[in-house]
Amino acid sequence: MPERLLLTGNHAAAYGAMLSRAEVISAYPITPQTMIVELLSELTASGRLAAKFITVESEHSAMAACVGASAAGARAYTATSGQGLALMHEMLHWSVGARLPIVLTNVSRAMAPGWSIWSDQSDILSQRDVGWMMLFAESVQEAQDFILWSYRVAEQVFLPGMVGMDAFILSHTAEPLIVHDQAAVDAYLPKFEPLYSLDPAEPRAYGGLVNRDHYFEMRYKIYENMERAEDLLVQAGEEFGEVLGHKYEILEEYMLDDADYVVVSAGAMTSNIRQSVREMRNKGVRVGLLRVIAFRPFPVERVRKILGGRKKVAVLDRNMSAGHSGIFAEEIRSALFGQPDAPPIFGYVLGIGGRDVRVETGVEVIEDVIQREDAEMALFVGVKGLPIGPVRLDYQIRKLEPLEVAP
Amino acid sequence: MRWVVPEAEHMSEGTLGCQGCGGALSMRLVLKEVGRDAVGVIPACCWSIIDGPWPTHALDIPILHTAFETAAVVAAGVKAAKTIQGKDTTVIAWAGDGGTFDIGLQALSGAAERNEDILFICYDNEAYMNTGIQRSSATPIGTWTTTTPDQRPEARPKKDIMGIIAAHRIPYAATATAAYPEDLERKVKTAVQAKGGMRFLHLLSACPPGWKMEAYQTIEVMRRAVRSKVFPLYEIRDGRDYTITHWPDEIDVEDYFELQGRFKSLLEDEDMLGFVKGNVEERWQTLLGRHRRSHPEEVIPAL
Repeated sequence: MPERLLLTGNHAAAYGAMLSRAEVISAYPITPQTMIVELLSELTASGRLAAKFITVESEHSAMAACVGASAAGARAYTATSGQGLALMHEMLHWSVGARLPIVLTNVSRAMAPGWSIWSDQSDILSQRDVGWMMLFAESVQEAQDFILWSYRVAEQVFLPGMVGMDAFILSHTAEPLIVHDQAAVDAYLPKFEPLYSLDPAEPRAYGGLVNRDHYFEMRYKIYENMERAEDLLVQAGEEFGEVLGHKYEILEEYMLDDADYVVVSAGAMTSNIRQSVREMRNKGVRVGLLRVIAFRPFPVERVRKILGGRKKVAVLDRNMSAGHSGIFAEEIRSALFGQPDAPPIFGYVLGIGGRDVRVETGVEVIEDVIQREDAEMALFVGVKGLPIGPVRLDYQIRKLEPLEVAP
Repeated sequence: MRWVVPEAEHMSEGTLGCQGCGGALSMRLVLKEVGRDAVGVIPACCWSIIDGPWPTHALDIPILHTAFETAAVVAAGVKAAKTIQGKDTTVIAWAGDGGTFDIGLQALSGAAERNEDILFICYDNEAYMNTGIQRSSATPIGTWTTTTPDQRPEARPKKDIMGIIAAHRIPYAATATAAYPEDLERKVKTAVQAKGGMRFLHLLSACPPGWKMEAYQTIEVMRRAVRSKVFPLYEIRDGRDYTITHWPDEIDVEDYFELQGRFKSLLEDEDMLGFVKGNVEERWQTLLGRHRRSHPEEVIPAL
């Protein structure tokens, strides 16, 4: 029977790994992800989850252990955050090239220095091009369910998948969670059937030297399978509804039918933005929300269909790529480039380093985009109390005081 | 002496190893004893090349190639999966000195500290040979490499990897070399049978191009390394009990150095040579002392 509990996003992720019957878990503590590792340690120690838990000495080794386990045919899981994900980077590439359907949860945290444990999606988005599928969770339920959804698709395309969840706002916030019936989960996610498992009866070499006559084709197949992953995610999201009672989609459309203005958001801040949209609707503004759930593969065609013909689009980014703009804004602009009905895309950077994104913040952005004429690359929201606007090169946030030299 | 090296071959001919490659010979001899029920994990090293390009493969066991610094932990991951699957497969991490002494040390220490049920084998050719002979922390003092040229040869003694490993108190660690195959096979056998914990073998493996020596002299050079006490053969149980397994017959250190061009400037520098000889003797005496403490009743051969 499904169980209804009140849990944090972190504990929900641990339940997601347990329901997935992960067989090898390897992880390293980092705030704000640590609770995932702690609960999984308890679940494996008590025997509730029949998995081997490897308490490695770094995140690089956590992913390396998952690579070894997955290559040997086990379902492997890890969780990390911020600096930890950055340290894993090399092995994230390795798991893609080795075509290993590992799943990880990343609790998105700001990058140091200065040290900050607060919410910021720059960590996960810095891994954009490694070839992992990426889903952004908004709720505790999704923090659990997206792990099952990821494995379901990862094990069909033999590509790994990561689930992003925002630090504290989701990782440490308790919400009601339906812990699915294990038998139903088993029906949705049967035992992993690897193509190869380092079987001594079939001695092959995996991941060795490749000459120029084959490497490109191997990479091409990664691209090809990521393309397949989009429809498979849609299908697996529907199956989730059939088997486990809630259908998931790779893009969430909210109040979009007649919307002139669209706000694009991802992750936990979307809950507040949804309320901002409702409030503006109450004032008669025809505004809607597009929530990006699947970031890799990026649903280019679907985004074009949804955003084509709108008056203006405001993309909210809790991250930034210095020298360009927010990363979601980049992706949306790129998807719409050259489309005859493409609306102007306004990039908004906000909430960096865990600064609050409140309902009022969303309202402020919607009001700004309605009156603003130029579609700026990056409009900063709430830096030092300045009004929303682009970087002002001639404006110093704080004037430097001349040093007083002791006599 | 009775010939104890198994006849079975688990390595094909025609690998991409250089002539006289000590690393290739080491693999061949190790697999004779390990047999087929094993998986190898190979980080970046000469063996990334020696095994051959895809889709060729020179060994009778499956190999998972992995990133430079990850041999020990990837092997631990493979072993975890095999254990969950109820299989007793021996999992071997097979790394060069770079992947053991330098970039691989963190993961190696982690695996050793957790006492992972793997067999870690370092084939040590005492420099980054695959990238073209750059010094590593396994390069002996006074050695020429492309990053320690003759004008400024390696200034620091070789890192004491066995001491580091012993400090982790793992069940079994040993030095060996393909020049003493009976000793090597016995140690591989001991290591394979000591299941349940971490095992470590340190194999000195001559590299003719990197050591600037003749390919036909690989065995002779590795023998002289042992006979001159530069590379003593011994084993350590539980990080405490030391046993010297082959008694050197006291040839001079110079007899080992003179076959290799990489020691040319060292042989010309009397002060440095004196220091190096003192260093070899000091390490030998330390080892001998540990052997004596572990075997108080044993009569030590006169040297």
